[in-house]
Amino acid sequence: MEIMIPIKQVPETSNVKMDKDTGTMIREGVVSVINPLDLYAIETGIQLKEKFGGKVTVCTMGPQSAVKALKEAIAMGCDEGFLISDKKFAGADTWATSYTISEAIKKLGSYDLVIAGERATDGDTGQVGPGIAAWLGLPLATYVSKIDNVTDESIVVERLVEDGYQILQMPLPALLTVVKEISNPRLPTLRGKKKARACQLQVMSAADLQLNDACIGLKGSPTRVIKIGYPKVSRSGKIFKASGDAGLNEAVDALFQFLEEKELI
Amino acid sequence: MSHVWTIAEQSKGKLRAVSFELLSRGRKLADKMGTKLCAVLLGANLSDETLEELIHRGADEVYFVDDRRLENFIVETYSNVLSDLIRQYKPHTILAAATSSGRTLMPHVAIQVTTGLTADCTELEIEEETNHLLQTRPAIGGNIMATIKTPNHSPQMATVRPKSSRPLALDRTRQGRIIRLVLKEELVDLRVQVIGYREGTEEFANIEEAEVVVAGGKGLKKAENFALLRELASHFNAVLGASRDAVDRGWLPYPHQVGLSGKTISPKLYICAGISGSIQHLAGIKTAEYIVAINQDPDANIFRLADFGIVGNLFEVIPLINAKLAAHKKKEGE
Ligand SMILES: Cc1cc2nc3c(=O)[nH]c(=O)nc-3n(C[C@H](O)[C@H](O)[C@H](O)COP(=O)(O)OP(=O)(O)OC[C@H]3O[C@@H](n4cnc5c(N)ncnc54)[C@H](O)[C@@H]3O)c2cc1C
Repeated sequence: MEIMIPIKQVPETSNVKMDKDTGTMIREGVVSVINPLDLYAIETGIQLKEKFGGKVTVCTMGPQSAVKALKEAIAMGCDEGFLISDKKFAGADTWATSYTISEAIKKLGSYDLVIAGERATDGDTGQVGPGIAAWLGLPLATYVSKIDNVTDESIVVERLVEDGYQILQMPLPALLTVVKEISNPRLPTLRGKKKARACQLQVMSAADLQLNDACIGLKGSPTRVIKIGYPKVSRSGKIFKASGDAGLNEAVDALFQFLEEKELI
Repeated sequence: MSHVWTIAEQSKGKLRAVSFELLSRGRKLADKMGTKLCAVLLGANLSDETLEELIHRGADEVYFVDDRRLENFIVETYSNVLSDLIRQYKPHTILAAATSSGRTLMPHVAIQVTTGLTADCTELEIEEETNHLLQTRPAIGGNIMATIKTPNHSPQMATVRPKSSRPLALDRTRQGRIIRLVLKEELVDLRVQVIGYREGTEEFANIEEAEVVVAGGKGLKKAENFALLRELASHFNAVLGASRDAVDRGWLPYPHQVGLSGKTISPKLYICAGISGSIQHLAGIKTAEYIVAINQDPDANIFRLADFGIVGNLFEVIPLINAKLAAHKKKEGE
């Protein structure tokens, strides 16, 4: 089974700091990691390979430094990594990104499955996975929480929806986006780390992929960010200490008053 | 004049509440531009009576594509149908819900019709001079609000989270037109088949569409203690939520997880106990209208986002709240 996994490198969530004046992220000192939700896709891919044989290929669109994310994925057990990198890709929205990645996947050869994370924790849109499926014309299942049955031609998956799980059967090749419930990501092994250090990663540019310049980067992006602001902090933040019976009663009474005022009870 | 569309949703022959929430958003935009508001629905066998509710909740027109093969959401066919309608009718703006189907359908359609899409918008406005849709959404874990527009492509498309707007009151005097459309054979793509459905557990949560969510974390200490929260939830008709720590310990299944690697929710009221308020948890509740937190640690991070906080032992505080709520209900009943 040949598996492609597009991943993204993101700032580690716990230390995102914003520059209040410019409204941009302070990148200095921020550790970059594999998008945590992509780890479930990687783990799923490796498990399928262990069961059915084949190869897991990871790719990412990003700056040169995103090589680190690819190496981490290889240390976990992926076989090959490709960096899709070009100055021209800068400023791409989800439309241009999914175009670029889908062209890279086409170039990388034949595959049975493309597995993506549900969304990236920085952009938080969840649009690139479905977008790639649309570009490649692949059957798509999103929010996959379980893989039930795999044959040479088809796959059965469960997909988490609002009030339960939808069970889908689809032909291969197909694209899945997966949620946390599907797997428990492993840690890189020592052997994996050695392999990652030694492996050569191929870089693909816009020219290598023969991309249409009108479809990539900022120029190829239908959407534009026109303003950055800060969320309104309208929290009133009344805090009551509930110590001792009296304090406890007082706090709960105050809560009731609050709930009544806001017409919540 | 091109219209404003909302993508209504149905399940088992019933309209989902989010369809009406979208109409209240869409109504404002359509009025601002002086154009029509149309609800688009794909499904099977819905009666005129059912469809009329869309009109009574704000739509001027309802486009209903009726076919048994549209009964379940399948992205391939749905996307073909919606893209075809867009090419034919050229709407100005399309609003869809950020549900499991809306989030799958819209990015697919965006590629098919070559336009932009902005996810999870909290504010939508029309720019005066240009009639562009200004779409504001939280980004980077809710740390910033980005305003986005699609200047050179059409339609303008956005998704909004369930419960982030109130439906308009039902107005049975509103008049509108229901247009039933036949599914074109060439748009049918049956590669993906729905072969079954597994109901969630009893309290499985449609946590994203709940008005009130009552959540617990590691501070609950064990699964059985969620009984306290269940009781609290029952008073509010609320759905249970949990922190990742509580889910990883198996106290509640994953669909209940709130936060970065779980659900992002916008309930009217979020009550949480024994949750510290990690940045990843907060990312999931930033758009809740009111947050009530109970935690024994006065320095717990959750208090920084709470509208109302009680510093105390949840095993004392919650039973007292439950008792008072029960008494309150009894009094109301008398
Ligand atoms: C990539 C990534 C993704 C993540 N995604 C999520 C996510 O989606 N959702 C999520 O929730 N977390 C997520 N986390 C985990 C997150 O960092 C925290 O570890 C987690 O939220 C902590 O859960 P908690 O608040 O239940 O536990 P703790 O942080 O251990 O907090 C327990 C709290 O209970 C209080 N407490 C204890 N006993 C009592 C008592 N008797 N009465 C009152 N209060 C009491 C304590 O004071 C403490 O504040 C993620 C982490 C990472 C790295």
